[in-house]
Amino acid sequence: MAIDFDIDFILGHINYWLFVILMLTGLYIVVARGNLLKKIVGLNLFQVAVFMLYISMGKIGGGTAPILTGNPDEVYSNPLPHVLILTAIVVGIATTSLGLALIVRINESYGTIEEDEILELDHQKSQSEIIKVAKEASNDS
Amino acid sequence: MELVLTSLLFFALVATAIAIALVRRLFAVVMLAGVFSLLAAMLFVLMDAVDVAFTEAAVGAGISTVLMLGTIALTARSEKQPASYSLVPLVIVVLTGLVLIYGTLDMPNFGSPDAPVQQHVGPDYIRKTPEDIHVPNVVTAVLASYRGYDTLGEVTVVFTAGLGVILLISGLGRRPRRRKREED
Repeated sequence: MAIDFDIDFILGHINYWLFVILMLTGLYIVVARGNLLKKIVGLNLFQVAVFMLYISMGKIGGGTAPILTGNPDEVYSNPLPHVLILTAIVVGIATTSLGLALIVRINESYGTIEEDEILELDHQKSQSEIIKVAKEASNDS
Repeated sequence: MELVLTSLLFFALVATAIAIALVRRLFAVVMLAGVFSLLAAMLFVLMDAVDVAFTEAAVGAGISTVLMLGTIALTARSEKQPASYSLVPLVIVVLTGLVLIYGTLDMPNFGSPDAPVQQHVGPDYIRKTPEDIHVPNVVTAVLASYRGYDTLGEVTVVFTAGLGVILLISGLGRRPRRRKREED
């Protein structure tokens, strides 16, 4: 792949790279933070960065919003990415609310929303079950 | 001028995102997430996507903030200090970033009118909307008419999610807590 990194190329692509940086901040929050609510916030950041990438692809330099003005020489940006992202935003809030409801439910069962504490509680529970099964087996014999 | 505004907004967005990663009080995290959505909405306006901008402002900065505040009220107020920091997430994130940036190298320049995206359906919608739909806003025309089935699918998703939320949190507080039951 032969690409010359001249100023035109860099100015034309820097917005994509900036959105990648933003997306990665969201990904980092999802991977590195143990708090479930913070994970959802990180997922939202990730999502918004993807939306920006999509919208930036539909932009035409010197264009205007795709609302018809009646002027035949007007250049309009591409409306199709806008429509897709509108749908994605609404689906995004639906999944976010489902995730938040899951957090509330997890907090009700475990009393915490920290990932490592939940894993610890699960571990303890499975350990005590193993001991219980072992005891019953020894009583039977 | 537009480049200056875009880069200013962008650096504000990155600063907000990093602040979200560092702050431990969940109330502050939720408020910063709202600020992030509002800044994102401004960036959408700069990129000509006015419909997306006001949806993002209403949904991202409005509804989701309210939902998250409700979640905080029902769960915890602050994040626990992690026991240890690990380098693995950072390595994963940087590797992903390099792959993504490699993927953008083939893309057309920002704002170029001869990009593949601008060649087929988009201009068609703009050309036909005045005769077919008689609505000046092309985004509305595509959303509600040309791609109406997409919107129907979206409504189905929202309905399913609402059903899930109701099933998950109905009877909250009426069920006996597991720990209390063990103590009794």
